[in-house]
Amino acid sequence: MEKAAISATDLTKIYGDRAALSHGNFEVPEGSICGFVGPNGSGKTTTIRMLLGLISPSGGTATVLGESISHPEKYLPNVGAMIEGPAFYPALSGRENLKVLAELGGFPLSRVNQLLEKVDLADRGGSKFKTYSLGMKQRLGIAAALLPNPKLLILDEPTNGLDPSGIQEVRGIIRDLADTGTTVFVSSHILSELEMICEYLVMLREGKVIFSGRTQELLSGQKPIIIAKPEYEVDLNTLAKKLIESGFTNSIVNGSLHIDAGQEASAAINRMAFEAGITLASITVVLPTLEETFFEMTGENK
Amino acid sequence: MIRVVIAELRKLRRPSLLLGTIAIVGGLTALFTSIIFLMIDSENGNSERGERISAAELSNPAGLINGFQLVGVFLGIVSLCIFASQTAQEYSLGTLRNLLVRQPSRMKILAGKFIAMKLFALVMVLFAGALSIAISYALAGRAKVDTTSWGTSAAMQLLFENTLNIFISTLCYGAFGMILGLLLRSPISAIAVGVLWSLILENILGALVKSTVKWLPGFNFQNLSSGGGLNSSYKHSLAISLGYLIIGGGLAAILFKRRDVAN
Repeated sequence: MEKAAISATDLTKIYGDRAALSHGNFEVPEGSICGFVGPNGSGKTTTIRMLLGLISPSGGTATVLGESISHPEKYLPNVGAMIEGPAFYPALSGRENLKVLAELGGFPLSRVNQLLEKVDLADRGGSKFKTYSLGMKQRLGIAAALLPNPKLLILDEPTNGLDPSGIQEVRGIIRDLADTGTTVFVSSHILSELEMICEYLVMLREGKVIFSGRTQELLSGQKPIIIAKPEYEVDLNTLAKKLIESGFTNSIVNGSLHIDAGQEASAAINRMAFEAGITLASITVVLPTLEETFFEMTGENK
Repeated sequence: MIRVVIAELRKLRRPSLLLGTIAIVGGLTALFTSIIFLMIDSENGNSERGERISAAELSNPAGLINGFQLVGVFLGIVSLCIFASQTAQEYSLGTLRNLLVRQPSRMKILAGKFIAMKLFALVMVLFAGALSIAISYALAGRAKVDTTSWGTSAAMQLLFENTLNIFISTLCYGAFGMILGLLLRSPISAIAVGVLWSLILENILGALVKSTVKWLPGFNFQNLSSGGGLNSSYKHSLAISLGYLIIGGGLAAILFKRRDVAN
């Protein structure tokens, strides 16, 4: 694996008798977009907080941009972060809120207006934060995270509350940053979004890292399925029965048969349908989506 | 740390807080100062606890600062509320995590916040002093108070000492508020506990056991504001106040430094 922007070794956080994160081992390569997924309460935010020096680990170690998380002052000037949604002062304008953070971090105030432009808030920058919609608050949070011109950007649910065009904008921002060499570590519940942009994934379940590596590696390791659609819906049950007789488990989903088999079985299935006098309107081999893989691996219900 | 101070001042100068504080401080100052002059002939008194300050007494150099001195304790309470709310709101709004990502040194955050709020308290005290003096001059003629001695060097020295004492007292109240803000992490709880303790519980304790007034924080902060002599000497109150603030501040600072920021 390439040089790591984030590297965790046995990282652990225990609250009372509950491990929020237990012996977490993962790496996020420099310059990559890495998704961070897991059901609610699986330890994502706890992990992010440890990486940002907000909470101290109960065990294990981690490095961010090559520095130990026990010295956050060494790497945080190069890290942008939005954790658990945007938190700002309600009585201050969006612009003033950014200026507070810019002054605190020693960044030029001129950057504030540039970032407001970037997240499409230039015309509302003077309005009080409390008057912002959820989407605007989220965009201001992203602007704040971009203040340091970060080498590493950590975003916790950045598309929460955004409409489809807002989600597309955030995706664009993330891709632009990755193109300039910024590492992006992003958690999201919108797994289809992550699948589109993330080359790497870290997956958590109940405080344990259950996958860490290339997204493609995760998805290609999953069993493919064949989706066969007969010309006439009335033939579905007949074809399903024939397939079971031939040892292919399947299920009927929205007028199609989902058959647990790969590319090599598609010809046999097509022939079987033909011999039964059934014409197939379509037959395709698909890999499970990240969402399906996630549900499979985490045992979460759809 | 200067960056923390500047960032904090940006928050403190927001119109809702700044104008709100000016209105409260201005209102209290106008009320207490004008009572002294407007009720100068009242049999119910024109000062604390029904005491009477005559026109002759007001004509002394100390007459210049009587109103300012009366409002001093209330400036302390205002300061307590501001310090407590500004500290605790970082937890309740969730903004502390933003601050710590941009400035990981928690002690710098704490010190910078305290310095910025000290400056804010100084402005508040100077404004109250200036307003009280202006009202005193405006009402002196009507109350037949001779203001000749108010311009003397003795009056100026008293004004300086009084301003300094009130400032020190507001800092003690403010630090008390900040400690409560750090410990309770909720602006409403911190203000409620601070005000309840300073204005009600200490008075009940003091009334029940007279000797406690020498040792309770609020009484000593109040004694500093009036320049000493209420229940104990200025030096005693200064030492007791510092003791409370060093122990309380130390504990709060250790907690702030070590506690996980999990909200």
